Amino acid sequence: MLIRILPPHALRESEVTPESIYLNRRRFLGGLGAGAAALALPLAAGAAEAPGAALAPLKVGTRREQAGGEKVSDFDTVSTYNNFYEFGTDKDDPARNAHTLHTRPWTVVVDGECEAPGRVDIDTLLAGGLEERIYRHRCVEAWSIVVPWVGLPLGGFLKRYKPTSNARYVAFETLYDPKQMPDTRYGVLDWPYLEGLRIDEAMHPLTMLTVGMYGKVLPNQNGAPLRLTVPWKYGFKSIKSIVRIRFVATQPPTTWNRMAAREYGFYSNVNPHVDHPRWSQAKERRLGELFKRDTLMFNGYPEVASLYGGMDLKKNY
Amino acid sequence: MAVPGPKARLWLWRLAAWTAGLAPLLWLGARVLQSRLGANPVEFLEHRAGDWSLRLLLATLAMTPLRRLTGWSEPIRVRRLLGLWAFFWICLHFAIYLTFDLEGSPAALAKDLVKRTYITIGFAAWLLLLPLAITSTQGWQRRLKRRWAQLHQLVYAAALLGVLHYLWLVKADLREPLLYLAILVVLLGWRLPWRGILRGHSPPRRTT
Repeated sequence: MLIRILPPHALRESEVTPESIYLNRRRFLGGLGAGAAALALPLAAGAAEAPGAALAPLKVGTRREQAGGEKVSDFDTVSTYNNFYEFGTDKDDPARNAHTLHTRPWTVVVDGECEAPGRVDIDTLLAGGLEERIYRHRCVEAWSIVVPWVGLPLGGFLKRYKPTSNARYVAFETLYDPKQMPDTRYGVLDWPYLEGLRIDEAMHPLTMLTVGMYGKVLPNQNGAPLRLTVPWKYGFKSIKSIVRIRFVATQPPTTWNRMAAREYGFYSNVNPHVDHPRWSQAKERRLGELFKRDTLMFNGYPEVASLYGGMDLKKNY
Repeated sequence: MAVPGPKARLWLWRLAAWTAGLAPLLWLGARVLQSRLGANPVEFLEHRAGDWSLRLLLATLAMTPLRRLTGWSEPIRVRRLLGLWAFFWICLHFAIYLTFDLEGSPAALAKDLVKRTYITIGFAAWLLLLPLAITSTQGWQRRLKRRWAQLHQLVYAAALLGVLHYLWLVKADLREPLLYLAILVVLLGWRLPWRGILRGHSPPRRTT
């Protein structure tokens, strides 16, 4: 007798969606939508009791508190107030609209200046080696949160692809699919959303490839299934819903920098002494607090200062 | 149903104007009591107060064209009420910013006024409307005579500054502030003496 031992992620024949249902999935989802609308009120009440209850829990190894003991923000706050322009430009738009994002199947292409380019499936990344890091997160708009992210150090991940000596920068790209991301039909930004780091920033032990928060997978609005977390930089550097990572030789274009170079530099390190041309960066409002607090240099991560030795941070903002 | 008489009609217009000014306040008040202000309550209140400032200011500016287009007298008779409500919302907007963003520090305000153009513009709009609110009474109207109408033309500049203030602070998505600007351009453009301009000679002076 042949006994097949399936790996835990393998699908059984019985779990495969019949093709007819697959092909009709939009109609099926439309029906679900109508049903969901009818249920919306009681569901919303239920969601208030257990926010994020539907998100799959993650197996987390080490946990590190790296926000100076500051109070962690509520899950509700972090998951209902953020920027993800692909789903609308109001802070509560992503939470309302990002349900249209399909996070499976999801593969990330890693290529460019490296010896072992390849692609990786999100479920492979979720399978093991995850750690939790509690970081401060500071938006360029002068609000901030403290979040327990779950993920892996980006540096270790990147090394698997054997970057060459030409790899001086790393470029990241968000999914661009107007069907899933209705607001990309408006030319508010140039899509797809692009970000980049210098290779030493990408390899810094603080930089994380993030797959979850609060012990669970990322909610769609927070950049599911895979995003960056660079805690000493303004939030827009921490690109969401990544589909491509590329090692490159020269500084890659980044979305907000292309949009307004005078206002959003390539580095965009949190710096209370360098104001945004239109507003001050000296203070920030921690969500949940009424009054503003002082913003910390490098968002309170002075260990990254050595990355920028000899650089004029007023010019390299 | 019988057509309402002139008294009833004016009463309805007044009711509508009070509703326009007061309903958002009741709505915000209810949300405060239910703690339904979102993750950033200060920003929520500040932005909603700013929204209603602009909306009511534009509504005020719509009354003269409405009167001319329809021949009704009521729009002009609720214009001051709408203008005062707009001023109330601007004061609320300014007070939230002073209290929670600046913690009431005059030094912080001075710094913002010098360095942040959108703050300078918004403050200028409030400053322009201040004498209009003070002189909005019938007593002042009598005392200032012709000057009163001239003084109150400052509302045009204030509305323009208010919309610019909004346009200037938005990061990338200009759709909403541009909508306000478009409405303002129509309302101000309507006031230009087009007939005279099109015929190519100077317009006859209009008495207010």
